[in-house]
Amino acid sequence: MNYVMTISPDFNIKFVPGWFVFNSWLQKHLGQGIKLEMFMDFPAQQAALDSERIDLIFANPSNAATLVRERGFVPIARPLGRSDEAVIAARAGGPIKAIDDLKPGVRVGTTADPDVHMMCMIMIEAADLNATNIALQRYDNFIAVAKNLMRGGCDLGFFLADMFNEMSPGIRKELQVVVQSQIFSVHHALLAGPRMAGMREQILASLTGMNSDAKAKGILGDMGLTGWEEMSREDAEFMIDLMDTLTWDLQS
Amino acid sequence: MSIRDMSLEDSGGTGREVHITYFDGTRRKLFIVDEEVPFPEGRLIVSRTDAQGIITHANESFVRMSAYAQEELLGAPHCILRHPDMPAIAFRGLWDSVGQGKKWHGYVKNLRKDGRYYWVHAVVVPNVRNGKIEGYASVRRKPSRSKIAEYEALYEKLLAEEVKA
Repeated sequence: MNYVMTISPDFNIKFVPGWFVFNSWLQKHLGQGIKLEMFMDFPAQQAALDSERIDLIFANPSNAATLVRERGFVPIARPLGRSDEAVIAARAGGPIKAIDDLKPGVRVGTTADPDVHMMCMIMIEAADLNATNIALQRYDNFIAVAKNLMRGGCDLGFFLADMFNEMSPGIRKELQVVVQSQIFSVHHALLAGPRMAGMREQILASLTGMNSDAKAKGILGDMGLTGWEEMSREDAEFMIDLMDTLTWDLQS
Repeated sequence: MSIRDMSLEDSGGTGREVHITYFDGTRRKLFIVDEEVPFPEGRLIVSRTDAQGIITHANESFVRMSAYAQEELLGAPHCILRHPDMPAIAFRGLWDSVGQGKKWHGYVKNLRKDGRYYWVHAVVVPNVRNGKIEGYASVRRKPSRSKIAEYEALYEKLLAEEVKA
């Protein structure tokens, strides 16, 4: 049987080759055929999940919550020492330097990334802002948000911190960080769908052993990771509870 | 309920002595310092309790903002954070909601170990496992100044009514 693996569309493009190498490595370790399918946006990935084509997914926190609680996916592992954080940025040298500078009507550039959007909406809540009193502009990706911010198409941009920090020096010098989240408890997770759930222990052993094999360690580096650690069902349930508190009363 | 009194030393020797009575009749001596510690930008305070309200998990932001050591927080009742300016009715609503398996949110003035305070926008969800409430997760985020002003006035009024009653 051939299985299908995918990763969350908020991946950093420079790590894509690493994920393909990882996929080959994992197939060899498990003795199973696994095809890696990449989706360029969240709706395309959602359509694949809805048609139950996905067996293994490196999911963003929002998707992980739904897949574990509603679709029978089992948590396997999470990236070692790494959490999902968000950055709110404005134009460098502009009038917005801190959350307290924000006023109703501010034009906000965001993407379809649900976790980044949620974390940033929480951070602007401290300035009495919500979806009803800001002008939300949705862009295809974080680069498009940055470019519009630089051109004056929006006043504020929502970014995944990892992506923001990897932007070119040319873009970075045009932007300034207003605030960066330090939540630490929300992260991506590798989950197995119902057809692969029985292989959880075997997959986990392979992943956690990657750091003790020089070649596998190199693959981790190419994926932008330093290792994996086990994610138990209770770890996943706790993260889902946290996500529940974070989405409370957010008008998005 | 077992909860230790605050000491004058905890408040740097400047706190004013106040006594608080909890829902179960337990009394605690506090030393209050009327000084706000601002909630840090971008952070979330995360904690978990068991079904009896005993703290079982405290993240780094919680430790930092509460001014307690993590070992002091774990095993302590969550009401160790209750500031005497908070009316009892605010917490009754919380426990009524989560006890029925519902989420609760509200604005809370929390007491630190050093007698100072910090305001939070708190959301509490029951941790339901196999259909049973095993505990509660609470996430606190930075509230806006306008919400703090609104709730400060409301709690002052509610507290005055409680004292009168």
